[in-house]
Amino acid sequence: MIIGLDVGGTHADAVLLSKQGLERQIKVPTDTSNLFETVLTGFNYLLEDIPIGKIKRVVISTTLTTNAIVQKKFNTVGTIVSSGPGIDPEWYRTDANYHAVGGSIDHRGRERKPLDHEEILAIAHRMKEKNITILGVIGKFSVRNPTHELEIRDLLKNQFETIFLGHHVSGNLNFPRRIATVHLNASVYEIHRDFFHAVKNSLEQKGLQIPIQILKADGGTMNLESSMAFPAQTILSGPAASVMGSIAYAPGDMDAMVLDIGGTTTDIAILVDKVPLLEPLGIRRGKYKTLIRSLKTHSRGIGGDSHVRVEKGKLKIGSGRLGPAMAFGGPVPTPTDALIFLKKMNMGDPLLAQKGIDSIAQALGIDPEAAAQAIFKKTCTMILEQAQALIHRINTKPVYTIHEFLAGYAIDPQKILLLGGPAPYFAQEIEAQSGISTEVVPASSVANAIGAALARTTCEVSLLADTEQGKAMAPEEDFTRKISHKFTEEDAVEITHDLLLKKALKSGADIEDMAVEIIEYQKFNIVRNFSPRGKIFKVKMQVKPGLIKAYDAVCHHCTINPDIEKGI
Amino acid sequence: MLKAAHKTGLVFFPAFDWAIDPTHPEREERLLYTQDQVTEEGIFDIEGILELKPDLISNQDIQRVHFCIPDEETITTESHLISAGGAVAIAQAVMEKRIKRGFALVRPPGHHAMRISHGGRGFCHINMEAIMVEYIRRHYDVKRVAIIDTDCHHGDGTNDIYWHDPDTLFISIHQDGRTLFPGSGFTGELGGPNALGSNLNIPLPPGTATEGYLYVLENTILPAIEAFKPDIIVNSAGQDNHYTDPLTNMKFCAQGYADLTRLLKPDIAVLEGGYAIEGALPYVNLGIILALAGLDYSRVVEPDYNPEKLQQAPQVTEKIKKTVDIINTHWKNRHKMRESAGTPGDIQERHREIYYDTDNILERQKEKVRICRECGGTFEVESTAMPGSRVLAIHIPQYACHHCQEKGYEMYDRAPKNKYDKVLLQDKPRDMYVTKQ
Repeated sequence: MIIGLDVGGTHADAVLLSKQGLERQIKVPTDTSNLFETVLTGFNYLLEDIPIGKIKRVVISTTLTTNAIVQKKFNTVGTIVSSGPGIDPEWYRTDANYHAVGGSIDHRGRERKPLDHEEILAIAHRMKEKNITILGVIGKFSVRNPTHELEIRDLLKNQFETIFLGHHVSGNLNFPRRIATVHLNASVYEIHRDFFHAVKNSLEQKGLQIPIQILKADGGTMNLESSMAFPAQTILSGPAASVMGSIAYAPGDMDAMVLDIGGTTTDIAILVDKVPLLEPLGIRRGKYKTLIRSLKTHSRGIGGDSHVRVEKGKLKIGSGRLGPAMAFGGPVPTPTDALIFLKKMNMGDPLLAQKGIDSIAQALGIDPEAAAQAIFKKTCTMILEQAQALIHRINTKPVYTIHEFLAGYAIDPQKILLLGGPAPYFAQEIEAQSGISTEVVPASSVANAIGAALARTTCEVSLLADTEQGKAMAPEEDFTRKISHKFTEEDAVEITHDLLLKKALKSGADIEDMAVEIIEYQKFNIVRNFSPRGKIFKVKMQVKPGLIKAYDAVCHHCTINPDIEKGI
Repeated sequence: MLKAAHKTGLVFFPAFDWAIDPTHPEREERLLYTQDQVTEEGIFDIEGILELKPDLISNQDIQRVHFCIPDEETITTESHLISAGGAVAIAQAVMEKRIKRGFALVRPPGHHAMRISHGGRGFCHINMEAIMVEYIRRHYDVKRVAIIDTDCHHGDGTNDIYWHDPDTLFISIHQDGRTLFPGSGFTGELGGPNALGSNLNIPLPPGTATEGYLYVLENTILPAIEAFKPDIIVNSAGQDNHYTDPLTNMKFCAQGYADLTRLLKPDIAVLEGGYAIEGALPYVNLGIILALAGLDYSRVVEPDYNPEKLQQAPQVTEKIKKTVDIINTHWKNRHKMRESAGTPGDIQERHREIYYDTDNILERQKEKVRICRECGGTFEVESTAMPGSRVLAIHIPQYACHHCQEKGYEMYDRAPKNKYDKVLLQDKPRDMYVTKQ
């Protein structure tokens, strides 16, 4: 059996799955001041009277790190960056303990200027005086040559408890994002470590010996051990859980749109042949631009509890949420009130809902029925507009080769999958407005927890081979190998594939769940003065996000037992 | 947070799968290191810098500029259409005020491609800047255009296309034609009789350094632009003046390029040549992008930059000053020169030979232009290419007067079909391109 647990901002969903389907499910209100208690409550219910040996897998998704970032509950960290020529690194200052030092590596990974050890030791000394124990070290082009980062680590390893290095977070280029990503990892490290050690200990006390898997923003999992080096990968795993929960219902061979309609926001994601689209570089939210692998999910401020009002004679919905619907004692009318007024939804206090709708009707000068219809339709229209805008943005993304340009694959969804509380009430209207076949994901209120439970372990590896310099390297994996001029495309792919499998297994993947693909491949001839000097190969491979094989039939049984939901 | 002072658009199309041939300088690898540098710097994450997607241009877009012989499909590849499309995408965004300025980092280049194109010259088949300029003249309210070509090679293609156009100020600064391909671009090359002085060619001696480039910019180019009052400024941004370029002999650097861009303030920059792909392009392109966006570029310095080695010799400085004086005199006398260039209504003839180094073609041209004070003047060119065909190409300019429009059709109707493989007419006022064969 498998346990999936998704702790969200307002409540946590937990499910127990067997090969027969959904065995147990529970919703627990989230206690943001004590997430550990929330998690334990979920586990206690799921594990009641279950022989512990039957549990083969546990996957947890939490808002722990997301909250820490939003509330700035960081541990203090020191940051050392080495940039060389280019944009002034002062622009990427993270906080007061950020120091730019000399030294330079160029785009081919050649050292152009050595590090100044005296300078670095002096900075470390100042950090020690401030009792800083966690350090981030980031070099420009360190993914081309990590020696400067390693040199700084070796120089300072006895002075700090933990040192995070830039070249470990991603094979992608982008120095500012590398700085931000290392800083996030270092900043949430302690809170992540303490929390999961507590969870692990209490599960061990219950006799659970299997490794815990943690959900990442890319919709894949990693084991607890791997997560300690990259705790920031757990941010925004919530939206990823929902997307993973919808995959089983997506059609193969065509594109689908996933709309997770919540109270405050709607999260939009795209599936191509059952595989979710990823952000090209990494999570980008507000001022945070990172190299954290993530599903492409766009969160937009329109949901069941969005603030409905009339401005200058026009109906406005969102983007804020001022409270629950009036039918549930909230302060202002919401789309949920319209659903209740229209008798589409049979919950809350219909009189309070009517009061809200009446006020809108009056301001618009129309009858309440028409006002409620207008709110209902406009909510659907706005959700669809946001989804279309996302698809447009994806389809107008620049490409860099003639082949890609002419191939020009454009996303064209043939299916809409709806998730979230209000989803069932909107389905018909969304289908009518969009003209796209729309389906509500079964057990949609816990689809997120099911998605977490069944997500496979994912990872990515980037290899750069340069036959002129005679080396192949994957700095993320601390891998370097000498190569000859005879090195071929096949060699490059084979090395990358080996590294990927090794990494996936180390992160807790099952050998039968290796859905491997090449996501980037480029080859260049290096020519100087009209004569070939060598070749550059760039290969990037991933284990793509998806569901574990052993349980792929489970989702189709998830509706058999609708009465088992237990609320606390 | 880093924020661009001017909203700046970039089209980045490195065409990683296109080359003239595997060891040619114009090959897949050319923008690889630039892409690495620009990506590592996180340029596309900077607020106010937008990455735009190029569109393919159409045959009609090419026909507004070129006579492609035998036809557009034969002498272009998709890469050319996307490259020109990149320039057009930037221009559209500027005209529609989505961005203030933009830079098309595209390849292949185009500034050696002339109005009649039988194939490849100096790695160019069609002219990206001209296609872009004529596109915006057709679709937006733009008439007067300044094109400043800062590639180290004379922009002879663009020069040829705007030779007779008084509404385009074309200025090329380049290494002296006696020492470098294509061997033209001397101070006396000032344009056709109706557009004398609206073409300025500024040859610079080998060894010109940043000091010299900025001297020419401040003492000739900027004053000429100010007097010309263009609606739009285009920079053909070749990067082969760099001190490490393998094909040229200059001493320009990344800081110099960024300074030049900051002072020139082009609305649209289009990448041309530049073949020091590792040591120069990553830094020069970064400098240009930051300068366009109004961001600090003071730390964009080549790793091997050594100011002492990049000093300009005194005799080079002297030579540049003399050239600038000559150009300024021509510019001052431009109206007088046009007055005395001939009698309106007369026909003036010009003969020349053009060598296509990339495709090894020799072309002979006989050109006849109608002297006109009202417009650029209709002209016809009899062109014979070896190997290749013999054609007669007639051009009626965009803002042609009534007489010149009539003259164009007269030339077309009168042309004996049996003498040419093809007779072609570019009717710019009607945006038409007609042929008979």
